[in-house]
Amino acid sequence: MENNVVLSMKGICMTFPGVKALENVDFNLKKGEIRALMGENGAGKSTLIKCLTGVNKFEAGEIYLDGISGPIVNKDTMDAQKKGISTVYQEVNLCPNLSVAENLFIGREPMTKIGTVNRKKMNEMATKLMKDLDLDVDVTQNLEEYSLALQQMIAIARAVDMDCKVLILDEPTSSLDDNEVAKLFGMMRRLREQGVGIVFVTHFLEQVYEVCDGITVLRNGTLVGEYSIEELPRVKLVAAMMGKDFDDLASIKPEGSGDKSKEPLVIEAKGLSHTGTIKPFNLDIHKGEVIGLTGLLGSGRTELARVIYGADRAQTGTLKVKGEEVNIKNPIDAMNLGMGLLPDDRKAEGIIGDLSVRENIILAMQAKSGIFKKIPMAKQIEIADKFIEMLQIKTASRETLIKQLSGGNQQKVILARWLATNPDFLILDEPTRGIDIGTKTEIQKLVIKLAEEGTSVIFVSSEIEEMLRTCNRMAVLRDGAKVGEISGEELSQEGVMKAIAGGAK
Amino acid sequence: MDKIKKITKMKLFLPIFSMILVMMINVVYDIATGNAPLSFFSISINNGILYGRLIDVLNRGSEVAILAIGMTLVVSASAGTDISVGSVMSLSGGLCCMLLAGYGVTNVDQYNVPLWVGMLAGVAIACVCGLFNGFLVAYMNIQPMVATLILWSAGRAIGLLLCNSNIVYVRVPSFQFFGAYCGIIPTPIIIAAVCVAIASIVLKTTALGTYIQSVGINKKASRISGFNSAKIILLCYVICGLCAGISGLVATCRIYSADTNNIGLNMELDAILAVALGGNSLGGGKFNLAGSIIGAYTIQAITTTLYALGVSSAQAPVFKAIVVILIVVIQSQPVKDYFKKLSSKKAAAKEAVQA
Repeated sequence: MENNVVLSMKGICMTFPGVKALENVDFNLKKGEIRALMGENGAGKSTLIKCLTGVNKFEAGEIYLDGISGPIVNKDTMDAQKKGISTVYQEVNLCPNLSVAENLFIGREPMTKIGTVNRKKMNEMATKLMKDLDLDVDVTQNLEEYSLALQQMIAIARAVDMDCKVLILDEPTSSLDDNEVAKLFGMMRRLREQGVGIVFVTHFLEQVYEVCDGITVLRNGTLVGEYSIEELPRVKLVAAMMGKDFDDLASIKPEGSGDKSKEPLVIEAKGLSHTGTIKPFNLDIHKGEVIGLTGLLGSGRTELARVIYGADRAQTGTLKVKGEEVNIKNPIDAMNLGMGLLPDDRKAEGIIGDLSVRENIILAMQAKSGIFKKIPMAKQIEIADKFIEMLQIKTASRETLIKQLSGGNQQKVILARWLATNPDFLILDEPTRGIDIGTKTEIQKLVIKLAEEGTSVIFVSSEIEEMLRTCNRMAVLRDGAKVGEISGEELSQEGVMKAIAGGAK
Repeated sequence: MDKIKKITKMKLFLPIFSMILVMMINVVYDIATGNAPLSFFSISINNGILYGRLIDVLNRGSEVAILAIGMTLVVSASAGTDISVGSVMSLSGGLCCMLLAGYGVTNVDQYNVPLWVGMLAGVAIACVCGLFNGFLVAYMNIQPMVATLILWSAGRAIGLLLCNSNIVYVRVPSFQFFGAYCGIIPTPIIIAAVCVAIASIVLKTTALGTYIQSVGINKKASRISGFNSAKIILLCYVICGLCAGISGLVATCRIYSADTNNIGLNMELDAILAVALGGNSLGGGKFNLAGSIIGAYTIQAITTTLYALGVSSAQAPVFKAIVVILIVVIQSQPVKDYFKKLSSKKAAAKEAVQA
């Protein structure tokens, strides 16, 4: 093994029943290198990482790790961790009802002489660790008290603190806002100085160019190539991932769709609020209009949408739907008025994991038709097949359990669930998070098509670019309040940034 | 070979397999003792009623089978168990007999109020119990076992109070009928069959099953998709109470008396076990009603078998436990995985030979 290489995987092969997940894949990581692992959903990124960490058993190939002679095989993640390979996954895998300190030191708690956990010392160590990483966290609080973003940072802190040679970050930034991403990158750069090799899996192209030294691209379970960052400019990377040239940067927004203010009003919200999450706001939405909600993470984007939908009950204000004042107590009330909500937390609020794709698709439709009017099986099958084809959902069959699908395909199923109800007004909260670039564009195109057909859409996203491409108008939120709207000429990257920052800078 | 594979992959394979296993014990025993090998299955008509061990299993298993319907739904929707059903059975029977006999009277041979009033009241109080349990679980977010613990201890006591701490006998043929025979068939068998039939029809023709499973798997997502999760959970507990009420009346009619201290005693555990034996996860979510029903009769088959083998009623629980352990282990994931591995190895070996 070369001197400065910390990890080398050679000829990894792995099959799932019926699918060749990895075929002869190589992966090399140098000491003090941040290497992006790129590929579309289903390209084999997660599988490769799971082979490395011992979650999956690979069938052929060898893994070499610096400091260990001969190929290694990890029995499980614990074993991998002992050898110096730590992983932070896309979804936070910590215990929400334990304290931050307990989470940081779970399984390796400092002990007292009589063999009990030395809480004082543990809390001291945890506090120091948080301070080193510039995180403002009370380590004695339960983890669930903190935002998803902070939980993610704590998960990374935990991984970092365990002497690691290789740190794997699987979509760590998908739930972080720009500030936090910058902090995370600072953390990553510091670790690079210390000689840690970092594998960075992400869907955000800009981030790759901001922080990475090299890129490894996978496609359909095979290795496309291992590049240094200079060799592979953005357009070429997209082409490598997709296997074709791609109009990523081209605008897909059609001409003349900008102004919808003459269309009839679908939603008129006046002074709606929910204590602790969103201050009173006014919002009008016209037929066929796509409204973007923009703002930093935690600014109240999700919360505003939830109040309109009745997922959180509005405590003040009035809501008019198509001109008539309504009282929405529960999501079903909103649904009967023609609304739908695709929630941001797909795992917790979107999928019904143990039900099939078909059952997941007809769910909202069934809820609307009521418990006594079961949708006949023939019709269920027809609807499911229609949407599987229309949205090109990749699933073995319509009876496959949804939890067995990849994230992007799960998202499409949830989208299908709402499209099946023929909504007049659809709220899409981070519909493209953690989804590959091809599917992202498909979803954006779909939103525009829906709007053309007369559906009004609220579109919430952290990616300004994608909002600019899809929205007619944007509402800006800051600190739980709606602070303004931008439309027309102001709809540009700069305009939005300025509005979010609020002229404070 | 492929056919065998298909059969073993069926959802109900293991529950049915367990049932057959218990029956085989009977066959082996009968052969060993020189009886006809299939005497367990033999059904005859003595004195104008059906007679046989199989009939006995179906008859005695009625109560648990009815309970299993409600318990299956509760487990699925709330990932918890209703441990009050045994007590509620007793309460339901107690109220019914108290009304039929009149308060404080311990022995009657004619009704104080019409039969249907007593029966309806018994079932109604059980539904109220279910409503109470469901309210605590669904709206107060109390853990199911703790919430139902209240009626587990109080239900039987209230029944005892209603009966003035006596055993109330109702010696009227039309009351006894529900625990005795309808023509040649034991009435409890018919009642259980009707309950199971109604439950399956409701699950088949309405979307209740989808609602319950969806709520049981992911409460939050179900709410966003338009289900009223709390209402569904409440409904499941009411259905469970209803089942306990019916089951309690069957048990009461069987002995035409409200023996509140003993009716339904420990039966909640049999009901929970029936759900588990049916291959249902006690963690909620997907359910299989047919499995639970088979599970209920399997439990009764074990008991009947043990008595047939001459095991005393004091020792029976020990043997019952052993059989239950065997069945549960057979259905456990590690054992399933082991057999899967074994069969795939065999297939690989076969391929190698052919190559």
